[in-house]
Amino acid sequence: MYALKNISIVYKRELKAQFNSMLAYVFIVIFVLLSMSLTFLLDDFFAPNAQDASLEFSFFRWPMWLLMFLAPAVGMRLWAEEQRTGTIELLLTMPISVWHAIVGKFLAALSVITIAILCTFPVVITVSFLGDPDNGTIWGGYLACIFYAAGALAITCAVSALTRSSVACLIIALSICFGQLLIAIPPVLEYAADNWGGGVADVLGSLGTWSHYTEMKKGVISLANIIFYLSMIGFSLFLTSVVIKSKRS
Amino acid sequence: MISVKNLSKSFGKKLAVDSISFEVKKGEVLGFLGPNGAGKSTTMRMVTGYLPPTGGEVLIDGVNVSEKPISAKKKIGYLPESAPLYSDMTVSSFLAFTGEIRGKGSAEVKDAIETCFLEPVKNQSIDTLSKGYRHRTCLAQSILHDPEILILDEPTDGLDPNQKQEVRNLIKRMGEDKAIIFSTHILEEVEAACTRAIIIDQGRVVADGTPDELKSKSKSAGAIAVSISGMAGSGISSEIKSLPDVSDVIELASSDSSFKGQIIPAKKNNSLSEGVFNICKEKGLLLQELKVEEGRLDDVFRELTVADTIIEEKPNSSQS
Repeated sequence: MYALKNISIVYKRELKAQFNSMLAYVFIVIFVLLSMSLTFLLDDFFAPNAQDASLEFSFFRWPMWLLMFLAPAVGMRLWAEEQRTGTIELLLTMPISVWHAIVGKFLAALSVITIAILCTFPVVITVSFLGDPDNGTIWGGYLACIFYAAGALAITCAVSALTRSSVACLIIALSICFGQLLIAIPPVLEYAADNWGGGVADVLGSLGTWSHYTEMKKGVISLANIIFYLSMIGFSLFLTSVVIKSKRS
Repeated sequence: MISVKNLSKSFGKKLAVDSISFEVKKGEVLGFLGPNGAGKSTTMRMVTGYLPPTGGEVLIDGVNVSEKPISAKKKIGYLPESAPLYSDMTVSSFLAFTGEIRGKGSAEVKDAIETCFLEPVKNQSIDTLSKGYRHRTCLAQSILHDPEILILDEPTDGLDPNQKQEVRNLIKRMGEDKAIIFSTHILEEVEAACTRAIIIDQGRVVADGTPDELKSKSKSAGAIAVSISGMAGSGISSEIKSLPDVSDVIELASSDSSFKGQIIPAKKNNSLSEGVFNICKEKGLLLQELKVEEGRLDDVFRELTVADTIIEEKPNSSQS
């Protein structure tokens, strides 16, 4: 109860801060515009023989690439800004544990991203109107987006705790997310399987985010995928707490 | 209330705080003095639980800060050195936030706004505030929950003289039923608001006592400033020198018919005023002024902390 109360106080403040700075609105608008225009302009969504009412191959192809930017952009200030302005000293001398602050901040940033993702709902209305989509696949797609964003955001948290500069955090977190995505794309996995053996390819496939995302967007919500993301989030947030504590000793 | 035992902190190889011990009881206001980089802020950060100590322990009302940080932090109000604030919030929403974390409501926020004279800016965004208001907003945050213990790192920094006076009075008033530690560079502040003062230099306590005790350690303490007329200055000077226990007589302004100067006694707490008075009576001189010096805090401060300043100055002088 006590922990929940503290987390919710930090959460509320951080969410307000995100929207006060106007950046959150900018990120949401850019995300929605880009994901819509990529879907409608680059894909063959309107092709005469397109049969993708469930959006698996059109709309849900893009968010991962966009979220790779959006998550570090929303999360970059979480700890970097606290350290730059010195408010971390205020926060950590209040009667709350570091974990309450970490979780509260993480959830606030995740809410902003979730709002951005959910703002793409008109595309779902469009396909429902035009065709007969498989709702399970659409839900799977949205879950894939949210889980992926949460994982990328957790990595951003850890990087943000390391630095005082939000721009440095953005670049480093983005690179890590990009790298983690690349190690599991099919060409890399094929190369790994051919040259280093199937074992290496399996490890890369299970550590990289690509395979988990593409599986989930098909509507396959397996326990393995959920455990993968939860452990990625848990590990990164744990790393955040280690960095915050070790910086002071 | 606050008990600090053999507290040490090192950053890498650098020892910032070297085995400091002191206690602050309820009703005491402890002034923390020391040159920049002496370890004042580091000590305060360890007392508030922000920095974990390398050695030693801090007990807040008997609770070890390292072992039970949350219950210790509940008892403390803290104003960090640069008065950091969430600049995207308004004054009242910021205070509401810190109050909520400490389980306090709008009544306490209102009180804190009044106490710190923030009424005119309470709905203003923090990043538009002047330095004085920013500082007082952070101060309001530290006293909002009426803590038993207050740690204030340079609470009057960046304030104008009137605001400094207000904050000093506030500290003095709150000190009656709290335990307060505050650090400052301004020595008159220590005399105005502290019941006790500690001088820290290079991470160690070099002096600990009431402001009067510290002042009596200065070289000028016990010296007598006199102004006598009715005889040639040199004559008066030699008469005084002939008194027992006089170590030196400094002539400041002498003429053919008067003497003004300072008498340094051989031993401290040895009143020479009676001897001076007798000389005047015997010779029929007019004693215009006689004052026993209390000693000056900045003399003590300079004497105790001067060593490292000299070391710092050396490379500069060789360059020029």
